[in-house]
Amino acid sequence: MLKDENKIFKNLYNDLGWDIDSSLKRDDWKNTKEIISKGRDWIIDEVKKSELRGRGGAGFSTGLKWSFAPKKIGTRPHYLVINADESEPGTCKDRDILRFEPQKLIEGCLVAGFAVNAHSCYIYIRGEYYNEGQRLQEAIDQAYKKNFLGKNACDTGWDFDIHIHFGAGAYICGEETALLESIEGNKGQPRLKPPFPALVGLYGCPTIVNNVETVAVVPTILRRGAKWFASLGKPKNTGTKIFCISGNVNHPCNVEEEMGVPLKDLIEKHAGGVVGGWDNLLAVIPGGSSMPLLPKKVCDTLRMDFDTLIENKSGLGTAGVVVINKDQDILKCMTRIARFYKHESCGQCTPCREGSGWMWRILKRISNGDANISDVNLLADVTKQIEGHTICAFGEGSAWPVQGLLRHFRKEIERKCAGDPIIKKKIDVPYLVDQHLLEKDNA
Amino acid sequence: MSLKKVAQNQPKDFEFNKENLVIAERILKKYPEGKKKSAVMPLLYLAQRQNQNWIPLAAMKYIAKYLSITYINVYEVATFYSMYNLSPVGKYFVQVCTTSPCLIRGADKLVKICKEKISEKENKVTENGRCSWTEVECLGACVSAPMMQVNNDYYEDLDEKNTVKIIDSFMNDKPLKPGSYRGRKNTAPERNKDYKGDNHA
Repeated sequence: MLKDENKIFKNLYNDLGWDIDSSLKRDDWKNTKEIISKGRDWIIDEVKKSELRGRGGAGFSTGLKWSFAPKKIGTRPHYLVINADESEPGTCKDRDILRFEPQKLIEGCLVAGFAVNAHSCYIYIRGEYYNEGQRLQEAIDQAYKKNFLGKNACDTGWDFDIHIHFGAGAYICGEETALLESIEGNKGQPRLKPPFPALVGLYGCPTIVNNVETVAVVPTILRRGAKWFASLGKPKNTGTKIFCISGNVNHPCNVEEEMGVPLKDLIEKHAGGVVGGWDNLLAVIPGGSSMPLLPKKVCDTLRMDFDTLIENKSGLGTAGVVVINKDQDILKCMTRIARFYKHESCGQCTPCREGSGWMWRILKRISNGDANISDVNLLADVTKQIEGHTICAFGEGSAWPVQGLLRHFRKEIERKCAGDPIIKKKIDVPYLVDQHLLEKDNA
Repeated sequence: MSLKKVAQNQPKDFEFNKENLVIAERILKKYPEGKKKSAVMPLLYLAQRQNQNWIPLAAMKYIAKYLSITYINVYEVATFYSMYNLSPVGKYFVQVCTTSPCLIRGADKLVKICKEKISEKENKVTENGRCSWTEVECLGACVSAPMMQVNNDYYEDLDEKNTVKIIDSFMNDKPLKPGSYRGRKNTAPERNKDYKGDNHA
């Protein structure tokens, strides 16, 4: 278990107060000036040495990402954009940072903004987090009052402003280029990459987009040293991470733990165990809904870090652990996830827009018992048609959970598909009509 | 992809009131010069708040003029994002999260209660205009499942009994407080409490 002294988010549960004065007691904004006076090369180098990987899902090296920003400000200003559009089912870590540790995020913004030459920063919060957004605004105002932000922010000679931009309920805006489109006032449809946002981003200017948790841990890393951060976890998977444990556990919770913590410890020691005991465990979605689920057999010994999960054909993603026990119908759960992706596809690329609907309809048919055995192969085929054929990673995100289901629970599915071919039974299954929308009069 | 229908009965005119004009000016200042278009999302929110939580077409035209962009620019944004209501909603707009983590913990029971108490069909406002409900995708409070959002507030850790009480309170226009209904103040594990399956939706 992670020692208390090594925890970065000491106020994750709001025991100590979220306001700026309480934060100052927890060493937020301590020697920020000194850190920044060491220069951007030192900051980027230190973050690289800490081997911090992005906490938003992809796990890209943060130091490396920052080093892509042009070294000098040219004709175009630089921007820092913080991704607080936390919509991945199973994930609710950023909400607690926004509510209870806003100063960590704000200080991180200043340091990151300085490191990538940005004078202004936009924090993109999902529209549903209205109250969290108001809280963050209050925290930003408090920071302005203490001159930690604004002209000559924190006495460092660097001008820095933070603005909040609210999203409006589109999951896809968590994709960085869709997020930029959204701030520009367009539909949130991802852009083709390259060019990457680091060179052509917000308003066509160099932009670095980072997740809330990534930026919020940076000040602590710089204060305590890259070595300390790298000593936690294992090489290439260093530091601490907030895990969100939801689903069929006795005490669903958010908890900060070391990278590479055994999944069983997370569930049993922190979340009070699986409802009905460990043997009642059916499967776990380890990293938010877009990561393939893992059956109990794998979960017994699984360690939670980026590389171990990739070896197991899944991923750490956002570390939203969804526990599913044997009382649940796994097919129903995954059908609901497929419906989520069908609803949230932005509609730009055909394979994803149509394919996500196909996957949902086939899964629904299977769970209703109207499917035949060839539907299983059709489903597998559709996932392959989506994967890798879309502009953004949403295609993979929607196809992987279904592939995971097929990989680990094919037998259960095939058992449900024992029916005769549909044509023989003359069941009316409208393939191309969206049944979900038919049910709604005023969708 | 989500699809939305625009309300049949549309008011003819829309204008920001004095207060909101001041706020709109403040919003415009957040974005760099010449990038007024960025303000379209916050302005749509502003219009929605001014107009009983829904956006008429007249408001979109007004915002287009206000920002000197085309009407379709505003229309496509308003129809793309699911939080902009394009037809009237109840004074208390109940949004039940039914994505898997909530579903596992009994969100379908919440939906059933909404169907019984408010209306059989989604997005249908009750006769007294107080309530309407809809299913939504993950609201990002998965460790407090099942939960629902009513206007701006989260009601978390619900069970059937609480949900009935909460919805009744909306129907009587005396809303109960938002927050956790198991007394949680945060997302820490509830160590001292015994989990009982039946205590839960």
